[in-house]
This record gives sequence, structure tokens and C-alpha cells, in this order.
Amino acid sequence: MTGVRTTALALAVAATVAFAGPAVAEEPLRIGTEGAYPPFNMVDENGDLHGFDIDIANALCAEMERECTFVIQDWDGIIPGLLAGKYDAIVASMSVTEERKQAVDFTNKYWTNKLQFIAPTDVDLDISPEGMAGKTVGAQRATISAQWVEENLPGVEIKLYDTQENAYLDLASGRIDAIIADMLVNYEWLQSDAGADFEFKGEPVFENDLIAIALRKGNADLVEEINAAIDAIVEDGTYAEINAKYFPFSIY
Amino acid sequence: MNIDVMMAALPKLLEGAGLTLQLLFISGFFGVLLAVPLAVARASQSLAVKALPFAYIFFFRGTPLLVQLFLVYYGLSQFAFVRESPILWPVLSEPYWCAIITFSLHTGAYIAEILRGAIQAVPAGEVEAARALGMTRAGTMGRIVLPRAARIALPAYGNELILMLKGSALASTITLLDLTGMARTVIARNYMPLETFLMAGIIYMAITFVLVRALRFIEHRVSAHMRARPTGPVGVEPTA
Repeated sequence: MTGVRTTALALAVAATVAFAGPAVAEEPLRIGTEGAYPPFNMVDENGDLHGFDIDIANALCAEMERECTFVIQDWDGIIPGLLAGKYDAIVASMSVTEERKQAVDFTNKYWTNKLQFIAPTDVDLDISPEGMAGKTVGAQRATISAQWVEENLPGVEIKLYDTQENAYLDLASGRIDAIIADMLVNYEWLQSDAGADFEFKGEPVFENDLIAIALRKGNADLVEEINAAIDAIVEDGTYAEINAKYFPFSIY
Repeated sequence: MNIDVMMAALPKLLEGAGLTLQLLFISGFFGVLLAVPLAVARASQSLAVKALPFAYIFFFRGTPLLVQLFLVYYGLSQFAFVRESPILWPVLSEPYWCAIITFSLHTGAYIAEILRGAIQAVPAGEVEAARALGMTRAGTMGRIVLPRAARIALPAYGNELILMLKGSALASTITLLDLTGMARTVIARNYMPLETFLMAGIIYMAITFVLVRALRFIEHRVSAHMRARPTGPVGVEPTA
């Protein structure tokens, strides 16, 4: 027994040393993200995280000279997870809203979002409240898109999905008439094979939706530090470089 | 802990509990309908007869309910012939019916296995007695074996019903606003997962409590013959 325990202890010590890395004195910054929101954050076949959010987070960490680790968390538990201390920051394309500000602090924006409807190309969709009455619209649970439909289209049946990807599956199968989501996420899906028979409908319904990093309240220093890092990567062209990997236009 | 948050969430959660109960009882009912023929075939001596129910039960017990639900909801809708079918699509396009179908098939497999065990636990002497009295095989099955097996299976069935109550929470993953789905939607607005899930948990527990009591009552009623008779006047011999 003692032998086994000693080995286990030795392994634990070795693991701690390995994770702590050589010259990093500070605790690594733990970043929560969803991993199901292409092209902003997604998990590839090997289980590795990719996407705009991940690249930005890594660039910010490099700028702040801090080690970062990522934690994958389902979207509808992502703020509760932050509040529970499972990670220190959310970099998951989260919109700044008054309601969320009650629960968390936000940094300055790191991209600007719009909400826009998509629907099958061969269907004429009038996105006015009258035109949408009686239609079924899909949105991801706990997003500003879901909230926007609830507040602005009272006559619409809304279906809430755990992930945006599941909402697209249901749009493709015809269970829902339209999806409202972040324009750029819709843009990415419309580029894919699955989205070939679908298009944007109408103008964006909500503009200047600021996307920022969320932190637990009472971390003013960290907010300052990240804001400075955002300014720095925008300034030195790192941001533009990352932007160009995903979109042929600026999303800042 | 904030009691006000819990009370504010209550009306929505009770609305969700209504859907949870519907899913539970409708799929529980169809599950039993499905399980009886499956169990009878499964208890058969003939390999040809028991192969199909065996494969069915093996699949539904061997895969997670979530996977089954996704196969029915997102999987079947991938096929054009399903989407274009005027019979299938009106049913399969509705998450409600997808949940009912999946839960019925799932719980049906478990109930069939419970019932199969109960059928095999019916004392051989009773079956022989029925046969000796000239009952047909079908008559013996319908009038002796199944009623006896139902009584033997009842406690295990109650357990399965309670497991299914909690399994029904997965309906929230296919856009249904059952108790869990409603709780998650409420949390999306109030960011109070502790209070909201605690309230939902209390409601699940209350449902379980009522189920347990109801099942115990039924068990008591159907097992009257197993209990010692009340002692009669002195001198009367007990008859059983």
C-alpha cells in the first residue's frame, strides 16, 4: 500500500511541476469557451480548440505574457461556470447586455456583431412582425438572438437549441422556418455545403452588438490589463492578421 | 441562496413539470404495450422467436438514451424520404412525438426484460396445473402466467418508471420545455442556476414521492392474498 501511495504522490508532484511550466510565476489564466460556435470557437477531430475567439485569446495572453488554459463549457452554463470559479474569463463571442452586466463585468469589445435572419433561398420571407406571425424561428438558448425574438416578434413560435449547430440541423430538415443568429456565424454556415440552399433574409435586425470578454465582478485590474492588450493587438496588426484568417472584411 | 428567485421560477417550472408528466405517462403506457409481446416472445424456447426481441432489447439497453433521442430527432430528419413522407414527417417533425417515440421504445425494452424475468419466475407448478386442467397454451399465458408475472414485475416496473422520469430530462436537448428545459431557459435569464435547479430538483422529488406512494398502494392491493389473514374468532382454523 505504502509503495503505491508513494508512487501516486510522486506522479502528482511530477504532474504539477510539468503543468506549472518553468519560469511562469503567475497562475495560468483559465479561459472558458463553448467550442461549438464556428468559426469563432470550435473543436476539431482531435479535440483541439480552434477559431477566432481562441486565436484572439492566445494573442491577448501573449501580449499580457501570461499562460492561458482553455476550459470547454456548454453555452447555457457558461456564465454560471464563470461565477462558480471554474475559469477566470469567458472568451466565447459573448454579447454585452444589460442583464449580463448584472452578473459579470465586460472588457471593451473585441468584435462587433449584428443579428440577421437566414431561411431557405426558395422561400420569400418577410421579416416584419406581420410577415413572421405564425412562423417558427430557431435560436440558441441563452443568446441575445433568442431574447430579440421574444421581445420583438410576439406572434412567433421560438425553438431554443443547446448549440447553434443543432439549430442549423433543424433548419436544414425544415422543422423551423428561419434562424436568427449572429450574422457572421450564419455567414460561415451559408458558405458550407449544408447551407448552400439558404440565404440571408432582410437587413440585420440588430446592429452594433458589442462582443467582449466577460470576467467575474471585482477584477478591475484584469479588465484594465485585457483592455490594454486588446488595444495593443489592434494597434500592432495582430488583430487584422487573425481577422483575415476568417473573414475578408473587418469585424472589429 | 435566494428564496425569492426560487419562488419566481416556480410557475414556469410547474408548467415544465406538466410536460414532463405527459412524456412520462404516455411513453410509460406505450412502453408497456410494446413490452408485453416482446417479453412473451423473448421468454420463448424457440431461437427464431426470441432472436428479434433479443436484438431489440440489446440495442435499446446497450445505447444511451441521449444517442437514441438524437438518432430519432436529428438522424431520421436527414433522410429526404422521411421529410417528404406525408405520413412520417407530420409526426417526426414534432420534437414532442420524437421524444414520445424514443422514450416508449427505450422504456419498452427495459420493461420487456423485467417482464421476461417475471414470466420465467412464475412457478412451473402453476403452469403445469393450468395445462393439466385443459387450458390452451395461449389461455395459460393470458390467464395464469401474465397476471402472475405482472404482479412479480411490479416493484421493478416502479423502479423503471422513476428512472424514466429522470431520463425524460433529455427532452430538453431537442427543444422541448420540460421541467429541465424550462429550468435551463429560466437560468438563461436569471443566471441563478443553484436556486433554479434546486427548485426543479424539489419538483422532481415531489413527483417521485407521489409515484412511489402510488406504486406501493397498487402493490399492496394486488398482493392481498400474500398477507396473513386477520385472526378470526378463536377456534376457527386459518384456511391459508
